[in-house]
Amino acid sequence: MSAGNMNLNLKIWRQPTGAAEGKLVDYRVEGVSPDQSFLEMIDVLNDQLVRKGEDPIAFDHDCREGICGMCSMMINGKAHGGYKNTTTCQVHMRLYKDGDTIIVEPFRAKAFPIVKDLTVDRSGIDKVMMAGGFISANTGNAQDGNAVLIPKPIADEAMDAAACIGCGACVASCPNGSGMLFMGAKISQLALLPQGQPESPRRSLNMVHTHDTLGFGNCTTHAECEATCPKGISIEHIARMNREYLKAAFTYYEKSRSEGGA
Amino acid sequence: MMAAAVNHYFGSSIGRKQLVATTGLLLCGFLVSHLAGNFFLLVGPNAFNLYAHKLEALGGLLFVVEGILAVIFTIHLGLAIKLNIENVKARGGAKRYALKKNTGRGTTFMSQTMPWTGLILLAFVILHIKSLKLGTYYTTVVDGVTMRDLYKTTMEYFVSTPATIWYVVAMVAAALHTSHGFASAFQSMGWNHGKYFKNVKRIGYLYAVLVSGGFAFLAVWCHLKGV
Repeated sequence: MSAGNMNLNLKIWRQPTGAAEGKLVDYRVEGVSPDQSFLEMIDVLNDQLVRKGEDPIAFDHDCREGICGMCSMMINGKAHGGYKNTTTCQVHMRLYKDGDTIIVEPFRAKAFPIVKDLTVDRSGIDKVMMAGGFISANTGNAQDGNAVLIPKPIADEAMDAAACIGCGACVASCPNGSGMLFMGAKISQLALLPQGQPESPRRSLNMVHTHDTLGFGNCTTHAECEATCPKGISIEHIARMNREYLKAAFTYYEKSRSEGGA
Repeated sequence: MMAAAVNHYFGSSIGRKQLVATTGLLLCGFLVSHLAGNFFLLVGPNAFNLYAHKLEALGGLLFVVEGILAVIFTIHLGLAIKLNIENVKARGGAKRYALKKNTGRGTTFMSQTMPWTGLILLAFVILHIKSLKLGTYYTTVVDGVTMRDLYKTTMEYFVSTPATIWYVVAMVAAALHTSHGFASAFQSMGWNHGKYFKNVKRIGYLYAVLVSGGFAFLAVWCHLKGV
């Protein structure tokens, strides 16, 4: 063990399948470098487990540079460890001390069923996206950059919302298991920009309906989502979604086929 | 595209919470008018009884207004309970995490206790109507007109120390409930912008302290004054 390296006690949620009973299992990892990321520390533990012929801990990860939204985990009771604007892959072991006990659990919500260990099925947020989180206008050739004018503050606000990586930390931290921050960011981003505005009413109605039917909870403005969002997305975007939805619910109507609609 | 979007609104997460928000803000407005009426207690028995008598003299109109108030209250309560039950299910049951810590930057004591402070207020409202509005009916004569002596009923009620303490406890619950609810209602309606939302929150806290404090002050004043 070189200088500065740590020995850590881990309590990690193990659950062989979604239907099986799960429990916290104790592990000890020795010689953890403070420069390792949290996921690399689990890689080391998994390497030890595989060498012993045990089942490695299943967890989601992909880019490991904080932009893909795959890594999840509740670390010591907080989504992504609870450090400001940080995903699990960007949590480094220098934040912990030698001898620390760290509890690691999967993101939990009714809409996020467990697949195995720390891996949960977050396809619910993809389904919400598929219900309208896009624009379907034919764009054709790229037009002149100055043809569509967007004020800088509006562009900035849309960009803030677009920073959402869809990790689901908002759902995992929300005392109501609500997906409103995620959905709000998507609806808000598109509603702020001219390209997204034409479809905003339809988008709001369809996405909210899908969100509700998938078993996500209702927002009661705890704002715990905003506090744990690794991209620092504000609940102002939930408010913009609420406005868009209210407007759409009372003004937007599509004629059915029998009424002469398409 | 889902047909009948407006019908869906009243069943949707956002639609229902916007109904909880608007009914909540209307109830906030009612409390202000109720408190203003209560301050007639400080002016004297005649002023208070005359105010109550004028309200009762509205007859059918008062009945309609009370009915609207009851509907607002029922919508607020019923939807809030329903949303809360859904939220407990959506979080994945009571035992969600072995360890869950809040960041300290989001959820507050007020936001977490909304269902409980709400239920305290429900119990309070029922007992309050029972013991005061439907309380002992005394009569008095003011300026040659015979009317209900609601002042006497009120003063008699607050002679009891437990009744006064319960009233103050309920007002603490009201302060906690409105200090989260006021700003949350604005957020639910979509009125949250960096430009002004800090002030909405401040007004919410000020409302909570002034209105609940005003009610509690009058209860203690009645208790100390005696019959």
